[in-house]
Amino acid sequence: MPVYHPPRIAASEITPREIYMSRRKFMGTAAAGLVVAGASSALAAPLAGSPSTFSTDETLTPKEAVTSYNNFYEFGTAKSDPAQNSGQFDPLPWSVKVDGLVGKPREFGMDELIKMPLEDRVYRLRCVEGWSMVIPWIGFPLAALLDQVEPLGSAKYVSFETIVRPEQMPGQTGFFQPLEWPYVEGLRLDEARHPLTILAVGLYGETLPNQNGAPIRLVVPWKYGFKSIKSIVKISLVEEQPQTTWKNSNAREYGFYSNVNPEVDHPRWSQATEQRIGEGGFFSVANRPTLKFNGYADEVASLYEGMDLKANF
Amino acid sequence: MTVIPSLPRRLHGPSIWALYVIGLCPAAWYFYQGATGGLGVNPVKTFEHLLGIWALRFLIATLAITPLRDIAGINWLRYRRGLGLLAFYYVLMHFAVWLILDRGLDFSSIAGDIVKRPYITIGMVCLVSLAPLAATSNNWSIRRLGPRWSKLHQLIYPVALGGALHYLLAVKSVTFQPFIHIALVAVLLAYRPLRKPFLGWKRGSKPSVARATR
Repeated sequence: MPVYHPPRIAASEITPREIYMSRRKFMGTAAAGLVVAGASSALAAPLAGSPSTFSTDETLTPKEAVTSYNNFYEFGTAKSDPAQNSGQFDPLPWSVKVDGLVGKPREFGMDELIKMPLEDRVYRLRCVEGWSMVIPWIGFPLAALLDQVEPLGSAKYVSFETIVRPEQMPGQTGFFQPLEWPYVEGLRLDEARHPLTILAVGLYGETLPNQNGAPIRLVVPWKYGFKSIKSIVKISLVEEQPQTTWKNSNAREYGFYSNVNPEVDHPRWSQATEQRIGEGGFFSVANRPTLKFNGYADEVASLYEGMDLKANF
Repeated sequence: MTVIPSLPRRLHGPSIWALYVIGLCPAAWYFYQGATGGLGVNPVKTFEHLLGIWALRFLIATLAITPLRDIAGINWLRYRRGLGLLAFYYVLMHFAVWLILDRGLDFSSIAGDIVKRPYITIGMVCLVSLAPLAATSNNWSIRRLGPRWSKLHQLIYPVALGGALHYLLAVKSVTFQPFIHIALVAVLLAYRPLRKPFLGWKRGSKPSVARATR
């Protein structure tokens, strides 16, 4: 099997910080003109994490692409909607309620969460639609948070919930809404405790932009992107398999597990290949084979030993 | 009961040519944007989807000519051939972009997709069905085929239905844009079986107008 060597990105191709910051400043000013309050909180603050051996050394997807090509239906269904429509969203103050089958249920403030031992995690992200990115997240293992609330022995699953804030999330208003709110997701407890599973609070050296799930989101790199729920307000430990939004929307097409798997096609399209966003161009699309568990099989395949991955898609 | 002033006869020919020029503008503009980085970070998919949506729009416009004449009394029959051909050109470009720019002429995976993916199968059938319609759109064919021409060109109805279905099956969730396009196709197709009774009713209620337009 041929080994893929990622092309090295030339230093000259990286947008200098002052240029993208000046764009950000312009956008911020423009947003402030439209929105009375809340525009300032959309500005990112620098954030640092320590390196991690879980990071890939593949070429990063340019920040411009990571922050302009998003699925975040709370802000609209077009890929450009989240970046365009999230200027009003105010991610601070924020808190995450952790409850359910735990010994010490409590609420975590964002000031506290941002002080968790943060790590840089450069992960592949594979969307169920057939595209992928490589994103430098900053976050901490979900297990570190779960440890603090002391899950009970009866807890088998973890469920997650996104904020509902129609006044700041235009996708949650109007008569034509593609999904039910709040957006909910879930993991098996062992998946949630896996060291690859993180709660991300930043990317590209800064706090999370609104369109990427500010101020805190889940990242489960071996599952399709929709599992990595954004703007989390509630985490509950439960005994039964929790409801998940896309499965509720279409159970035939989206399963609870939704592990990246080139051998199990989506009913309507193939999952064998993926298009790497930001690579190639108009006349040279960067298609590549999709890897089982998104390339994290060594770390996570044991979680599903003996399971029929076609039936448990 | 013409609502808008009719075009002077000498401008009929030029206006049809103008339709082709204007109709091809979206494709040219999006191609230019795609080639110069104006279509975002996934330009091929964006371009491909835009061409498909415009193909459906021209199909919708083609199907709208008859009800427009029946209901509003606007006779734009002279533009129907141009609209139909534009729909065909957009379907062809949509297919070419998928084949060349998106799939990179990887014929084995393309063949597999056409056979295995219902929405792609439907899209292919529509493209193939449109080809004879485009080929027989000239005056010579119309004369030569006679009544068979009308029969053949009724293929546009299943093609429009297939186009809408293709769109419906290709999207992850039915949002506003697909909904509107699919609903328009549905309404225009639903009008066809209602046309005869509608025209009969119209004739019955206004006998003098009906005679005048015959």
